Amino acid sequence: MTTAARNDNFVVFDHVQKSYDGVSLVVKDLNLNIAKGEFLTMLGPSGSGKTTCLMMLAGFETATHGEIRLDGRNINLVPPHKRGIGMVFQNYALFPHMTVGENLAFPLEVRGMGKSEREAKIKRALDMVQMGSFINRRPAQLSGGQQQRIALARALVFDPALVLMDEPLGALDKQLREHMQFEIKHLHETLGITVVYVTHDQGEALTMSDRVAVFNDGKIQQLAPPADLYERPDNSFVAQFIGENNKLPGIIEELSGDKALVRLATGELIDATPVNVTQKGQKTLVSIRPERVEFKPEMMPAGAHTIDATVLEVIYMGDILRVVLRVAGSDDFVMKMRNTLGQTKLSPGQHINVGWHPQDARALDPM
Amino acid sequence: MTDISSSLTTADGRPLKAALAAAQARARRKAFLLVAPLLLFVVVTFILPIGQMLQRSVYHDGFSKAAPNLSQWFSANPEGTVPDEAAYAALVADLVQMKKDKTVGEAGTRINYTLPGTRSLFTSAARKSESLQPPYKEAMIALDAEWGKAELWGAMRSSASPWTSDFYLIATDRKRDSDGSVVMVPENQRIYIWLFAKTFILSGVITFVCLLLAFPIAHLLATLPMSKSNLLMILVLLPFWTSLLVRTTSWIVLLQGQGVVNNVLVSLGLIGDDGRIAMIYNQTGTIIVMTHILLPFMVLPLYSVMRTIKPSYARAARSLGATSWTTFRRIYLPQTLPGMGAGALLVFILAVGYYITPALVGGADGQLISNLIQFHMSKSNWSLAAALSGMLLVGVLLLYWLYDRLVGIDKLKLG
Amino acid sequence: MKKILALTTAMTVVAFAASAETTLTVMSWGGAYGEAQTEGHVKPFIAKTGINTVMTDADNPAPVIKSQVEAGNVTIDVASVEYADAIRLCDEGLLEPIDAAALPAGADGTPAADDFLPGAVTECGVSTDVWANVFAYDSSKFPEGPTTAADFFDLEKFPGKRGLRKGAKAVLELALMGDGVPAAEVYDLLSTPEGLDRAFAKLDTIKKDVIWWEAGAQAPQLLADGEVAMTTAYNGRIFAAAINEGKPFQIVWDGQIYENEMYVVPKGAPNKDTAMQFIQFATSTEGLRGQAQHISYGPSRKSAMKEELIFKDGKTVMAPHLPTSPDNMKNALLTSADFWVDHDAELNERFNAWLAAN
Repeated sequence: MTTAARNDNFVVFDHVQKSYDGVSLVVKDLNLNIAKGEFLTMLGPSGSGKTTCLMMLAGFETATHGEIRLDGRNINLVPPHKRGIGMVFQNYALFPHMTVGENLAFPLEVRGMGKSEREAKIKRALDMVQMGSFINRRPAQLSGGQQQRIALARALVFDPALVLMDEPLGALDKQLREHMQFEIKHLHETLGITVVYVTHDQGEALTMSDRVAVFNDGKIQQLAPPADLYERPDNSFVAQFIGENNKLPGIIEELSGDKALVRLATGELIDATPVNVTQKGQKTLVSIRPERVEFKPEMMPAGAHTIDATVLEVIYMGDILRVVLRVAGSDDFVMKMRNTLGQTKLSPGQHINVGWHPQDARALDPM
Repeated sequence: MTDISSSLTTADGRPLKAALAAAQARARRKAFLLVAPLLLFVVVTFILPIGQMLQRSVYHDGFSKAAPNLSQWFSANPEGTVPDEAAYAALVADLVQMKKDKTVGEAGTRINYTLPGTRSLFTSAARKSESLQPPYKEAMIALDAEWGKAELWGAMRSSASPWTSDFYLIATDRKRDSDGSVVMVPENQRIYIWLFAKTFILSGVITFVCLLLAFPIAHLLATLPMSKSNLLMILVLLPFWTSLLVRTTSWIVLLQGQGVVNNVLVSLGLIGDDGRIAMIYNQTGTIIVMTHILLPFMVLPLYSVMRTIKPSYARAARSLGATSWTTFRRIYLPQTLPGMGAGALLVFILAVGYYITPALVGGADGQLISNLIQFHMSKSNWSLAAALSGMLLVGVLLLYWLYDRLVGIDKLKLG
Repeated sequence: MKKILALTTAMTVVAFAASAETTLTVMSWGGAYGEAQTEGHVKPFIAKTGINTVMTDADNPAPVIKSQVEAGNVTIDVASVEYADAIRLCDEGLLEPIDAAALPAGADGTPAADDFLPGAVTECGVSTDVWANVFAYDSSKFPEGPTTAADFFDLEKFPGKRGLRKGAKAVLELALMGDGVPAAEVYDLLSTPEGLDRAFAKLDTIKKDVIWWEAGAQAPQLLADGEVAMTTAYNGRIFAAAINEGKPFQIVWDGQIYENEMYVVPKGAPNKDTAMQFIQFATSTEGLRGQAQHISYGPSRKSAMKEELIFKDGKTVMAPHLPTSPDNMKNALLTSADFWVDHDAELNERFNAWLAAN
């Protein structure tokens, strides 16, 4: 990432639009630059347009409008087999009638590579995913995790600069998935390849990516590093889609610089940081992460507004205690308490006051 | 291993193996009872008739049963013995008995199979048998000079045992010479081997044409959205729902010299009125009509296999750098192999057995082995029909075996 | 309620009793032929005797008899079979013998033995009709049509394709008669190798112009479609096309090859005596005339031809269309069952080999 200017634009979506039926747009005016060596994740619910973007990049779908550039070259009209992009599919798509070795040899054979060179590359790729001894097996004889590794090796064996992954871990169980996340991340770092990763699993997106593009409704809602995404969501959709989130609807009472005072429907006033609200009287949705909610006055900044809350339920979860509260008339306000020695015990029916740092409460669009 | 497992016991001290077997026996008995009706059905309607057919092809007691005296003489005198007075006496005694029992027709028919033209010899001799006086040799030869011929005696000798290979000899264009050696029949009568070859080759061609046509159809069916593919499927299956004769007749109307296709071509000026194309009453007609009739049998297995091939395989291949042709050849085609195998086997076996359609539209070329089987069935020569069917069965099984060796029977997907 | 129950029970019992009494089963070939026998024999028989009689169809009843008798499970009482099959099945002991003396005299009083045509009564069968292999042409194409068997092979005088049945039987006979052999000598000649060669040589002269047909219905269709200029056919098919459909088809009776169609009783028929009674009725002058009013196959008793026969349409005089009318019998050949039983396999092989050789 030293020669920043060129490498920052390794993959470029330039005003890309896509429609399947000529009536509605699946992808609406997409602009996205991906740097060389970056691990970028496209995250979003199904139907948000993220997979379509990936398919356009791979060449299986054509953009209705706009331009996609790879390393400075417009690839709109380049057929998929000439793009030199590695791809890992959701269901692995290992050729069932070929052995592992034949699967890996396939991309090398179609490139006209000699036998000895092929064998060396296959061995290297298999070793990379610790599957060297499975070369003569058929895909059907492998477990899901093993198939996933082979699919990965096959996408990498011909040394593509860009690798696309379409929900590659979706079919694995939780433990294996976490392990594979680590391995993919590790491969990405050692090989220095660029990865575009599509998933609807926010945990996966947060742990693996350099940057995450959150898709909804055919648009990128926010493009940011994981920490920014979690802590500073740009809008209600992102706030809600990423992590757990308390929502308090209200109206802007006061607005001054980076501080806002919001009056809730039930009349209480709370502090918030204005994000995409611009004027007094505007409707807003205040978003607060459960772990940032405080009920001890000493933990809150001086002069912070507090609000009455009734404890409805305390759920013991091991490392944390999850407290469900009735706040401003709604029954689903959640507060997370660290399970530390000497932590205050709360019990259902108890009345407390809750509050927070103003920068933890973000006044967003009302959706 | 065995030591350990045999020493293991259940909680109450019974050997584990015995307990397991007892536990499973109940389930097995239940399972067997469930399939028993089907098993019985298969045995009664399939295995028994085929066994009986095969037995008929090597067993015919029409003569041996009716001619006990002659049979005795044949077993007492080795092959090549010139029939003496005792032989003729036995013959006359048998003929007299045959007339009484009304078995001369069957006996004569049996000899007639081996030596054509001799049935009436027996029936007329039996009619006069009671009035014959010794010496019988002279009397019989006076009746008809045929009775003195070695060929006839050879035929009687080989028919004197109910177990015979005669029908397989006939089915392979062979016969027994008067001295008992096996020779080919005269050239103008050799037909069965030629017809076997023709049947198999023609069926092969039809199978191949079906495959060529069915592949794109099945692919279209498998890739179209359900609503459209169902409509197309109905079109494919339509021939199934029309009677065989109606379909065949429609093809005749279409393809004959004065038929629709030729009329259109003539009216368009593409061919002259005297240059009408012969598309029916020849091999072409047989292939066209049979292909049409058998096409669904190829489409269905192909379709069911193609349906399961995910589009992601093709995408994966393309992303790995393969052109669309390479993708088709190396990724798609090999995965359709089970469907192609099943379809080809189905179509081929059905084509081998078809006879009505080729007979109606094939003209002089429309005679296949099944037509001759049908001919002999209708002429009550069931043994020869059985021998021909037996050979057909062996041919098909051979093909099946070859398929298993080349492709593997586990790769067969019928639906 | 009880009454109704009792009533239905009683009715069931009666119905059972009636059916247990006798149901005579007649098996024929179906189609127009089966219908003619239903109209001409079965219905009048029921009307006359009150015996419940049913007609069933088979593609060819002969193999059905063979399999039923051999399996010892005979369900048919009377069957209509080809002449050669009647002989063959009889020889094999699969049929009940017929008591020729019990056959009724003709309507004109002629004893049965004199009334029937030669060969019409055999040991196990009685002829119901005579049908013929003839050849026919489209009179709108050849106004001065072919008149002799030789014309069938004359491609110069009568150009055009020829339709022939795909099989040795009747084709070899026609070839010899077309070559000028008198009907009476045909089978003697065919029994010799030279005669056979001569027949095939004659066929060679038209081989390239032959369209071979298989099913009886194909022949008139080929003629109607203009696919052939003339074709051999079963005379009944041509009659049906000409009379029922008004096609301008003409039959050439010269060189006709005729054959008896027989009623037989399978060995061990469930109602043997009633079956015999049925046959006696069906082959009486009345029964034969009854059938001949529905199909153009000739009655096999002379007495049945004495009075003019009119087709069921009420206007067509049958005589010119029947193989047995004297005008049509001038150069006619009676199929030799013996010859074909002896030689059918062998000649069929040779015929197919000839067909295959180009």
